[in-house]
Amino acid sequence: MGHAVLDRPAHPPLPSIDPSEPTMTLLIEESASSTQEKAHKARGKVRLREHLMGWLFVGPFGIVFLAMLIAPLGYALYLSLWQKKLIGGTSFVFLGNYVKAFTDPTFLSGVWFVVRFSLVAIPLQILIALAMALIVDAVTSLFTRFSRLMVFLPYAIPTVIGAVMWGFLYSKSFGPLTDIFGLFGAPAPDFFSKNLIFYGLINVVTWQWAGYYMIILYAALQGIDPSLYEAARMDGAGKWQIALRIKIPLIAPALLLILVFSLIGTLQFFNEPQILRYLAAGTIAPGFTPNMYAYQQAFGLANFNYGSAISFALGGIVFVCVYAFLFFTRKRRSFF
Amino acid sequence: MSMKTKRLFATAAMLAAAGVLAACSPDAGSQSNASASNGGNDTTGNKASNCTNTITKKDLPVVTFWGWYPNMQLVVDNFNKQNNEVQVCWTNVGQGGDEYDKFQTAISAGTGAPDVIMIEADRIPTFQIQKALVDIKNYGFDAVKANYSDGAWKDVSIGGAVYGVPVDGGPMAMIYRKDVFDKYKITPPKTWAEYEQAAQKVKDAGGPLFGDLGANVPAVMMALQIQKGATPYTYDPAQPESIGIALNDQASKDVLDYWGSLAKKGLVGTQDQFTPEYISGVVNGKYATYISAAWAPGYLTGAGVGKGKDTGKWAVAPLPQWDAGNPVQVNWGGSAFSVTSQAKNPELAAKAAYGLYADDESLKDGWTNQIIFPLNLKALNSPEFVDLKVNFFDGQQANKEVYVPAANAYTGMTYSPFGQYYFDSMTKQISAVIDGSVTGAQAADRVQEDVANYAKEQGFTVQ
Repeated sequence: MGHAVLDRPAHPPLPSIDPSEPTMTLLIEESASSTQEKAHKARGKVRLREHLMGWLFVGPFGIVFLAMLIAPLGYALYLSLWQKKLIGGTSFVFLGNYVKAFTDPTFLSGVWFVVRFSLVAIPLQILIALAMALIVDAVTSLFTRFSRLMVFLPYAIPTVIGAVMWGFLYSKSFGPLTDIFGLFGAPAPDFFSKNLIFYGLINVVTWQWAGYYMIILYAALQGIDPSLYEAARMDGAGKWQIALRIKIPLIAPALLLILVFSLIGTLQFFNEPQILRYLAAGTIAPGFTPNMYAYQQAFGLANFNYGSAISFALGGIVFVCVYAFLFFTRKRRSFF
Repeated sequence: MSMKTKRLFATAAMLAAAGVLAACSPDAGSQSNASASNGGNDTTGNKASNCTNTITKKDLPVVTFWGWYPNMQLVVDNFNKQNNEVQVCWTNVGQGGDEYDKFQTAISAGTGAPDVIMIEADRIPTFQIQKALVDIKNYGFDAVKANYSDGAWKDVSIGGAVYGVPVDGGPMAMIYRKDVFDKYKITPPKTWAEYEQAAQKVKDAGGPLFGDLGANVPAVMMALQIQKGATPYTYDPAQPESIGIALNDQASKDVLDYWGSLAKKGLVGTQDQFTPEYISGVVNGKYATYISAAWAPGYLTGAGVGKGKDTGKWAVAPLPQWDAGNPVQVNWGGSAFSVTSQAKNPELAAKAAYGLYADDESLKDGWTNQIIFPLNLKALNSPEFVDLKVNFFDGQQANKEVYVPAANAYTGMTYSPFGQYYFDSMTKQISAVIDGSVTGAQAADRVQEDVANYAKEQGFTVQ
């Protein structure tokens, strides 16, 4: 009812004679009962109207949400319960595709890859982002403002273009690596080889996302009341102590937010390896990450059913990981 | 209710209705797919609105077409100019795999495929088994039968049915750097044993790599295995549910081992092909030979090879053999035009499939620019084509000396109905051979196991 009260000035509950509202006038004329009853009835109408208005405002979003997210998700879930064979047609297998996925070495090795990748890439990105944010926050000069922009800039480059760019930078013929390592008489590392692709991708992802996370952390730092620093200084805290004991604990919610974002994003790793596949098909197999495997199954091999099952299996893994993460950090946060 | 509210409400109702329609459409699509893959709705006019080419004869019926030849615009324009029955609306939706992924999605969706599509011959069984292609034998096959060799027809046929019109082929040969061969005093190797000896000689003398083993070109490996006598697939169209898979016979193992050992000894590179890295290596003379098909010179020229200071450095020799006494010629790539089962009017679509790239002007443009190695006998047998002195090969009569004999000796092969899976598996194992984690023989065993399992999973009986 709070909203109705707030809305009241715009929609008076007691009917006024207003020529611009013919419907309302008609309504009053028709009503032949006592004024009290009239008022009650009118209030009911208004409440209904306000409900309707609420739905109307939610409507456009709701329709798009249902049509573009819920419906496709439901359809994919439905698809994942069926199996279509080249010979023998379509049959209902219930959870058969999921059993297959969790015993499929390609899917499991893809999951293992993104888990390992998350364990290295996420702490690295966040450490860099945090360090940069603390520096940019503590030192105000033209140079830090410039570097803030520079660190953020990679995020403004579409991931596909970023991946193509790094593909050329890693190239032995076109990239600078051969020249740089040549100065020391060493052969350039091949980031497209099976041993180094992991680090090659870590580098691309860190380059792309660290700046974005830095901006989020920087914004959180800017939101801290400066009087806290003054109080800390009066208590004899140095710059390091302020950073470690005041700033970091206070931006813990923002840190948690980007951790969850990056965890979800990294487990769904797709763009960069999919693009670099064109340069290193032998190293980056179609099942390199679970998302790529789902894509390959659905659009390369026409196994939409198994592709959907892989997507949902991955969704389940992401959910479990994020839930576990939030569960463990809950205790941590009370420590802060 | 005020007028404003009413209008708002009406708009919302419309939006809701639109949303419901949108939410329903996938279902409607899959239903029409289940009932009849031919579809019934006539959306020709609608679809034809986004052609890359301009259709001038607007009152004629239109056939939609996907293809990726570099001179497609010219070919389509030539067809439309000469034809008064049907006009072609052409789009390039990507090359090879990109196009197949889109076609595959359209097949699964039951809508969205073109009427006519360019596909490589080795993909025909993959789409045919899904009933996505139309047998065009009854739509004018007899009139053009004599224009192509029996081998060419075999590659696009399954049983007695014809699922495509041959356009270009890929007879394989060995392209090599004349300057490198001269410098290290070697002659083109006639056998694979000589190929290895020559490679060793060049390496010992400090020369460049002799060739390349690319994990991303499994079709080359397949062709080379077939050359040694492998028969990867046996397939009786009368019994589509049963398939013979022989990917780890001795010939297949030998060929993988041969290339694996060349790579291990550092005689050949292990770079993925068709990448900027590989092309720059070819441009800079990093590879003495390139085992490839007849369309490769056009591709390399387009990528900037053989120009400037490189002019005239390339020559071509027949593909090395396992047994010089009994040479076997093989094929890599080459495409056909197929009519899809989503075509509204298959007869009209077949007219376009038969007619496109079949006129003299288009064919000549194709082979003079070496975009295609024509399978149309009008071109293939013309003295002009046979005697052509190819610029890329420094005036060598490449067609007469190498490619035409290779094409004539090619007998066709049987491709698998799950080409994509097979090639992915091969790529994975060639990559494992390259990094030394398996031998060629082990790789062949793994491919066999992997592909046979997939076939069983897809409901085939594997022999």
